[in-house]
Amino acid sequence: MQKVLHYIRSLFLLELWKGMSVTGRYLFRKKFTLNYPEQKAPVSPRFRGLHAQRRYPNGEERCIACKLCEAVCPANAITIEAEPREDGSRRTTRYDIDLFKCIFCGFCEESCPVDAIVETRVYEYHFEDSDKRANGHIMTKEKLLAMGDKYEAQIAADRAVQAKYR
Amino acid sequence: MEFLISLYQALPVWIQILLKIVAIVAPLMVLVAYYTYAERKVIGYMQVRLGPNRVGPKGWLQPIADAVKLMFKEILIPTGADRTLFLIAPLLSIGPALAAWAVFPFDAGVVLADINAGLLYILALTSLGVYGVIIAGWASNSKYAFLGAIRSSAQIVSYEIAMGFAIVGVLIAAGSLNLGQIVRAQEGGFLHWFWLPLLPLFVIYFISGVAETNRAPFDVAEGESEIVAGFHVDYSGMAFAVFFLGEYANMILVSALTALMFLGGWLSPFQGTFMEPWFDWVPGFVWLLAKTFVFMFFYLWFRATFPRYRYDQIMRLGWKVFIPITIVWIVVVGAMQVYDIGWWFDQGGS
Repeated sequence: MQKVLHYIRSLFLLELWKGMSVTGRYLFRKKFTLNYPEQKAPVSPRFRGLHAQRRYPNGEERCIACKLCEAVCPANAITIEAEPREDGSRRTTRYDIDLFKCIFCGFCEESCPVDAIVETRVYEYHFEDSDKRANGHIMTKEKLLAMGDKYEAQIAADRAVQAKYR
Repeated sequence: MEFLISLYQALPVWIQILLKIVAIVAPLMVLVAYYTYAERKVIGYMQVRLGPNRVGPKGWLQPIADAVKLMFKEILIPTGADRTLFLIAPLLSIGPALAAWAVFPFDAGVVLADINAGLLYILALTSLGVYGVIIAGWASNSKYAFLGAIRSSAQIVSYEIAMGFAIVGVLIAAGSLNLGQIVRAQEGGFLHWFWLPLLPLFVIYFISGVAETNRAPFDVAEGESEIVAGFHVDYSGMAFAVFFLGEYANMILVSALTALMFLGGWLSPFQGTFMEPWFDWVPGFVWLLAKTFVFMFFYLWFRATFPRYRYDQIMRLGWKVFIPITIVWIVVVGAMQVYDIGWWFDQGGS
């Protein structure tokens, strides 16, 4: 009897129809695809994108060259050189993040005592072959500060949302 | 209009035939182009994605972009390859796929060559297609291409038999090898078409057709996960595109033949019912096209659903399942025909 049933099942292609009914149903499902440049996936306030350095509201840069980020960086992507400024405060003369080395772990941001180095929501960036010769993959201090100036509103808002978890 | 007809009749015969050939092949090529688009769309939708939608509105220009891309690519010929055979192979695979349409009736009397051995001609030509695959695999002088060629030749030869037997069933039922005659034998509405008395042969013919055209789930000849692309690994540019055109033209041919032999070709499905007058205005080839599209859609549906068969399972299915069933059913059809069993053979037939 089992054998006969098996024959009936396979001769009428029951299993195959079952499989096809699944794919047939999926044909009419709502599609998950986002049409990327027009539609974008939502980004979390914790998103770890391109780096930036922040300033205080009075325009003074936050970084005090404590080198904790350099020490914690698991990929050795950060290089810092520091000297006292004319007014005697300790500041960096060089702050480079090598984006080829960086793994975007966010440790630098977590280790920073003054919230100077942060990772922004920016994930749409590129550098080209000619940049590589010109070290386009290095985020220098100027570039980091420019990023910070450009996105300060967004950065501050994201830190505010996250404040109670830190 | 009359002027055009008289102009046409004034032309030499060979130009008339050439015009007819163009009238068949040009729409076919457009259909092939948009079949590839439909395939990517349908499979995409079944996998809950959107498929191509960037080139032109909703991606409608995608096949044209693909064709242009392939035209501008270089045709590489491997150093170890047999040049002549290497270049002949794609032609061998597309030639039969196009030539088979010569005997295909698109509507009552609308056929390029109304020959009496039409079915035999088509069986012969679809079998020729395998030479393209074998020669391509051999001439490439690459082990993957060769494996693909061996696989596909063994597979196509096995399924040819089941396919041939299914066709024998059709010609017993219709009493003719002429494709137009076969359609006319199915006259009388949905229940008079051959799909009902020949149900097992219908299913087996279509599945063998899928195997014959090397499509999923019988695409071991290509098997991109094991032997890269099988017989056409070493082809690029237009040479590759010609293989592609041949494959899709073959798929359309098998779909159209299934519609013709088992679903009454250009006949209206409402024949003999009260709805018949409502659909009188629909020309026959529209019905044929609609039926063909159903099978063309099944091709895509199969590909989206089934995993590839293991090679020994393909052989088992072909030799130990299909061939016995077809032989048994030929006997059954013969008995039905001789003793006049069933209403389906009332009209036409022998």
